[in-house]
Amino acid sequence: MTTTSALGGAVKRREDPALIRGKGRYTDDIKAVGMLHTAFVRSPIANGVITRLDTSEAAGMDGVHAVYTIDDVRHLGPLLAQVPIGKLRPLLADGVVKHVGEAVAMIVAESPSQARDAADAVVVDYDANPAVIDLKQAASDEIKVHDDLDSNILHTWSYHGYWDALGLESKQPEIEAAKQRDDVVIVSQEMVNQRLVPVAIEPRSVVAEWQDGYQRFTVTSSTQVPHALAGAISKMFGLAANAVHVVAPEVGGGFGAKLNVYADEILVCFASKALERSVKWTEGRREASGSTIQGRGWIATATIVGTRDGEILGYELEGLADMGAYTQNFTVAIPLLGLWVASGQYRFPTHFNIDCVVTNTMTTDAYRGAGRPEAIYYIERIIDMYAREIGLDPLEVRKKNYWQPDEFPATMGCGFALDSGDYGRSADTLMEEAGYAELRATQEKARAEGRLVGIGVSSYVEVCGFGPAVLAEIGFSWTNYGLPASFNGSGLVRVNPDGTATVIIGTGPSGQGHQTTWAQIVSDGLGLPIEQISVRHGDTAESPMGIGTFGSRSLAVDGTATHEATQKVREKAASLAAHLLEASEADIVFADGGAHVAGSPDQRVEWSALAKAAYQAHTAPEGWESGLEAQVTWSPGNATWPFGTHLAMVEVDRDTGDVSILKYVAADDCGNVVNPMIVDGQVHGGIAQGIGQAMFEDAIYDEDGNMLTTSLMDYPIPTAGDLPSFDLTRTTTPSPVNPMGVKGIGEAGTIASAQTLVNAVVDALSPLGVSHLEMPLRPKRVWQAMHDAAQS
Amino acid sequence: MQVSMTVNGKAVTADVEPRTLLVHFIRESLSLTGTHVGCETSYCGACTVVVNGRSTKSCTMLAVQADGAEITTIEGLASNGDLHPIQEGFWERHGLQCGYCTPGMIMSAVGLLDENPSPSEDEIRHGLEGNLCRCTGYHNIVKAVEYAAAKMRGEEPAPAEWEVTS
Ligand code: FES
Ligand code: FES
Repeated sequence: MTTTSALGGAVKRREDPALIRGKGRYTDDIKAVGMLHTAFVRSPIANGVITRLDTSEAAGMDGVHAVYTIDDVRHLGPLLAQVPIGKLRPLLADGVVKHVGEAVAMIVAESPSQARDAADAVVVDYDANPAVIDLKQAASDEIKVHDDLDSNILHTWSYHGYWDALGLESKQPEIEAAKQRDDVVIVSQEMVNQRLVPVAIEPRSVVAEWQDGYQRFTVTSSTQVPHALAGAISKMFGLAANAVHVVAPEVGGGFGAKLNVYADEILVCFASKALERSVKWTEGRREASGSTIQGRGWIATATIVGTRDGEILGYELEGLADMGAYTQNFTVAIPLLGLWVASGQYRFPTHFNIDCVVTNTMTTDAYRGAGRPEAIYYIERIIDMYAREIGLDPLEVRKKNYWQPDEFPATMGCGFALDSGDYGRSADTLMEEAGYAELRATQEKARAEGRLVGIGVSSYVEVCGFGPAVLAEIGFSWTNYGLPASFNGSGLVRVNPDGTATVIIGTGPSGQGHQTTWAQIVSDGLGLPIEQISVRHGDTAESPMGIGTFGSRSLAVDGTATHEATQKVREKAASLAAHLLEASEADIVFADGGAHVAGSPDQRVEWSALAKAAYQAHTAPEGWESGLEAQVTWSPGNATWPFGTHLAMVEVDRDTGDVSILKYVAADDCGNVVNPMIVDGQVHGGIAQGIGQAMFEDAIYDEDGNMLTTSLMDYPIPTAGDLPSFDLTRTTTPSPVNPMGVKGIGEAGTIASAQTLVNAVVDALSPLGVSHLEMPLRPKRVWQAMHDAAQS
Repeated sequence: MQVSMTVNGKAVTADVEPRTLLVHFIRESLSLTGTHVGCETSYCGACTVVVNGRSTKSCTMLAVQADGAEITTIEGLASNGDLHPIQEGFWERHGLQCGYCTPGMIMSAVGLLDENPSPSEDEIRHGLEGNLCRCTGYHNIVKAVEYAAAKMRGEEPAPAEWEVTS
């Protein structure tokens, strides 16, 4: 069966036949000839000085080829970061260690078990110093994490100063004035948005091969950013860009954890070059607590000033964000993404002030949503508290304060303009889908029976489609890895001489289905069956420069580039078809695997014939340039701003504190949809991750800096039995930022769902007098809150 | 030590270190890399294969313990190139994204449907609790297993939640 897809069709995934047969190729599946394996010696303490590092026994062990310490790699410099504020990570500990799990030495051996055995034989003595784990204590500078930094506070993000050209003020005078009015209520709450572990099911893995004869690297890595990794390697090793070839094969989930360039990737390259052998490292699950970034970790106070009839006059968010010990890729910039969406879907003045604080813990960076789930959590929790305080329905209060459809593009206090939106329609769609009035009636009935049933909602906006070139001006770019300053997207569309098409894109997907979605874009543009289109990505030697897959950006940016490249190929092909069919170019229609003249379907040339002609100069029209391909690099004028409103209905067990999710309904708007099946899948997975934060997940460190949740038993991510099926609906408000009108959907579910759940559970417990609960809402904590409420 | 077993219908014999886990034997010695490793500590289920008719996490077993066993891995599930109904269900109902959990998830579903050919949604959800997926939120995994169960009973699966174009 052939498919020429109109955009918007639920085309089954092109990726799946390999994956469901167990024939997908992930990094750890690679066995190179003569490949060596690595293991790391890691610090057992969170802060200290290395007083002895003896590798001699390990170096002499069976199968061991090398043991490396910082002395071997210091000349490469510390790991590069895009926003290099704070202490950059040394490739291996340089005299001191700053978090548990920090790599101190690297073993390279014939087999993984030999490498691990040798790692155990490395002797390291430490003088331990007090560690600072607690965020508030760290912010007080009572104990410094790094002696050579002035303060544990690396940076403060507020509207003031981050984008100098705008001249924004930190404090909003309107909010100050509103607070003085005597007809207002002020609702304020400190809340924790706890630290999380990304937990891609595929552990990170990298294989490096230095080809000495050609003086070049080929590196395969489980990464979301193949071009960035190539750039970082070439910069750190002083090699030309064309001497580094990075391949991201199948990547088993990323969620931001694989959008860093990591020290281990650089070290494996180093070993390969030094030993002239292929070298592999695959992360262990527990080891990840010291080797892969974590996310979230905010403590902040949200405050709302509003009237008694639900008009919000101002909103403030002030607090701390945990950076961990070392600055990596975008560590310090993550709260900036929160700043951009801090005011949510609302038009009231907002004040934002988040301090970036170092602690003796693993580095934090982008985890699905990256700053946005945190920011939306605070505003959507505090609006709920305000609604309860004034006795109005939480959805009604939200609707009262939304930006209105005629206000778009709506410029927010942070300076960015929301591209398009119809927030009221989105909320109405949710209410209708959920049967909101009936749900409230059901809740009333349940309450009358003494059951603890709650309904929670949350609206959200997401900023994605990174990004507009202006980001470079405010210091948010990839230039430190030698990539273009702008977050460009790229797409190359080539019609091959046999009439099939090859599409090559600069993204690095980890399950998002780009091979399918992009084939749909090209199929739609060229009238070519999807089966004849092959989409390739993740290989820097063949793909045009791209930044990678993260921040819900791929479709809006690289997808647009591909759409534009398709249009160029189509125009060129139309001129050839017009020549062959002796018709006017304007009358050429592409459909069903060929081109025909509008109104006369028999006047037709198949793509196979058209493509053949395109490569044969002697039959082509005069001046024809052989071939049929185009490449476009796209730099968007603005970010895109998806939005939506979610609802959860829960029941809390009075005796155990156990929370059951009775219903979960989501109304999302990501602009035009290319493949609704894939979009739904992204929303499902996103919701599950937010529910994971709300109910189960918590990266806990003890006061000495030991992470207590390094295994999947101690860090429970949601299982199938923990979750309900989700009820999804959609509105479609096209983005004006790109010609396809698309926005992005990868993080929406996560940004929306955590506080939706918390709002529902607090609503369930509100008759008992509970007004706030910290995540995760494990039964013990919920039970305790009920118990405490009963006492008071 | 020498071990012999039947994997995907083929007899194999190999020398292994006594500490070799079955999953590493399958991946390294047999080069069947469809069986994945997500934790090595029996939590994630990415390594699930069928051993003597039972879905088993192959990181919880030593290769030597599987001596004489009959093993099916994901690569052995399709017969004569025809997808198993569970594989078909995962494709038809978008039961996978990154695909890393998928082989283990499918092999667990084999065991689940073997024991219970008509599972309810709840039974599917609880039956797959030993297999973690970080991408899909399980919604479509449940639909995929429901699809397969219907097919295996000779019934028409419930329609997809979206209009399928191909
Ligand atoms: S690898 Fe076996 S359960 Fe995770
Ligand atoms: S599809 Fe990625 S972990 Fe399940």
